[in-house]
Amino acid sequence: MSGAVSISVREVSKSFRRFPALHGVSLEFEAGRMHGIIGPEGSGKTTLLRIMLGLLVPAQGRVEYFADGRPADFEALRPSLAYMPQTQSLYPDLSIDEHLEFFRDLYSLPREIYARKREELLGVTRLAGFVDRPAGQLSGGMYKKLGLMCALLRSPRVLVLDEPTTGVDPISRRELWELLYRLLDENVLILVTTAYLDEAERCSKVHLVELGRVVASGEPRRLLESEGARSFDELFIRRAAASAP
Amino acid sequence: MSAPAVETRDLVVRYGDFTAVDHISFSVAPGEVFGFLGANGAGKTTTIRVLCGLLRPSAGFVRVAGRGYEDGERAIKAKVGYMSQKFTLYNDLTVAENLDFIAGLRKLDPGYYARRRRELLELISFQKGLDARVQDLSGGTKQQVSLAAALLHDPEIVFLDEPTAGVTPAGRERFWRLIRLVAGQGKTVFVTTHYMDEAEQCGRIGLMRDGRLVALDSPAGLKKSVFPEPVFEFDPLRSLSSSELSAYAAHEAFAFFESYGPRFHAAAAGPEAWARWAPELGKTFRIRPIAPSLEDVFVRVVEGRR
Repeated sequence: MSGAVSISVREVSKSFRRFPALHGVSLEFEAGRMHGIIGPEGSGKTTLLRIMLGLLVPAQGRVEYFADGRPADFEALRPSLAYMPQTQSLYPDLSIDEHLEFFRDLYSLPREIYARKREELLGVTRLAGFVDRPAGQLSGGMYKKLGLMCALLRSPRVLVLDEPTTGVDPISRRELWELLYRLLDENVLILVTTAYLDEAERCSKVHLVELGRVVASGEPRRLLESEGARSFDELFIRRAAASAP
Repeated sequence: MSAPAVETRDLVVRYGDFTAVDHISFSVAPGEVFGFLGANGAGKTTTIRVLCGLLRPSAGFVRVAGRGYEDGERAIKAKVGYMSQKFTLYNDLTVAENLDFIAGLRKLDPGYYARRRRELLELISFQKGLDARVQDLSGGTKQQVSLAAALLHDPEIVFLDEPTAGVTPAGRERFWRLIRLVAGQGKTVFVTTHYMDEAEQCGRIGLMRDGRLVALDSPAGLKKSVFPEPVFEFDPLRSLSSSELSAYAAHEAFAFFESYGPRFHAAAAGPEAWARWAPELGKTFRIRPIAPSLEDVFVRVVEGRR
């Protein structure tokens, strides 16, 4: 499966027991763009991602998928989606290299492509010196990076990253973003949630979610201008203060 | 002057052939908020485990709250509180059950425990009931309860290993207000973080790289010593291709050029090169002088980028 994938979310709602998670969310995610989904904890960001990935069924509304501009069947697209959840389950007794080899076999990656990807990813994550260390003995940030490597090992058309840089040091965070930018050049659709608001500024589009609703959406600079804030930190802290009891 | 809260000299920790901590020497004063920074895998958590009495070093001198490993298995542990990055509280237990459990482990006197618990829950302005399960708390509240748990036995020093990873900006701000309160009560706070706005709030910062301590100073001192040159913010007037960006990163006008959100921070290579190139650069960027950020310091020191 190659080609550009885009996704439309239309009037999607979802509740968990009596707790409403999403209220009539409509969003457009174009191929080749980096979409940042930001919002406080419990605002529905992860639920939205999981609905788009087909892991949860919306109570109302629907998600439409397009390949090269034409409507596409989700099942046909599924193999070209990659998801890195916020908390990952890696194998504590397998080393970094063993994880990479496991996913190489799972994705049936050709030898040369695997070798190139492995080198590139170990460079970006700076884990080359730790390839023999079991996942159970990695620090929080290193564990996160390993999960990310596993998600990036094959070349997905849609990459969904739920807080990929939590606990990751500033330098790897920069290099990770450079890597994501390079993927954009290949017309990959990237969705990312983040609590780092400088990362939000680097997205092509930002969607601000609060209490299950999209409250603002657009190109980061325009969005900040329209809200009259200099940075996302400022906007966030102001909104949090306004909504505090 | 009182004895340091933490003191190490030529501290070394080896795991087999791997040297995780390589001859580090530093001390932290009582009541200080000390930030401990470095890349993932630089040896921060290993150092903290030594300082908490959890890992006997391979070599070197360690003294924490006046105690060392030679004073017995529990000597250091009794004096310090530790909030680890991976695990702090049992999710399926209530807040009260978690705190009771820790009080039991620490063998706290029931009267003292009841008083101390009330005091700490007040400190963190805990609003939920004590019978709330930890799994139902927000990430920010969970971290505040973890802090209270680490302070339950009234330690002189508290070690916080990435206490705010994954916490929202407002939650991080609240947590740092607590850190200041705790330090205000005379406790030493030793904290690691990857958030540079938090590092900015520390009294002093130690920077680790490959098991070595490569810089140690106040945030302002670090900025001055790491960036002797003037620093500018470059705000691009149009979008730049990645090849243009690599060209700027290697440009002779700059001693340092790194992205910062959608903008860039640059240090001038020298007055002549700067004077020669500034007008030309001004056509592509809006340029304004700024103070370097701690992230700039981190990138330059830890990375050794020019």
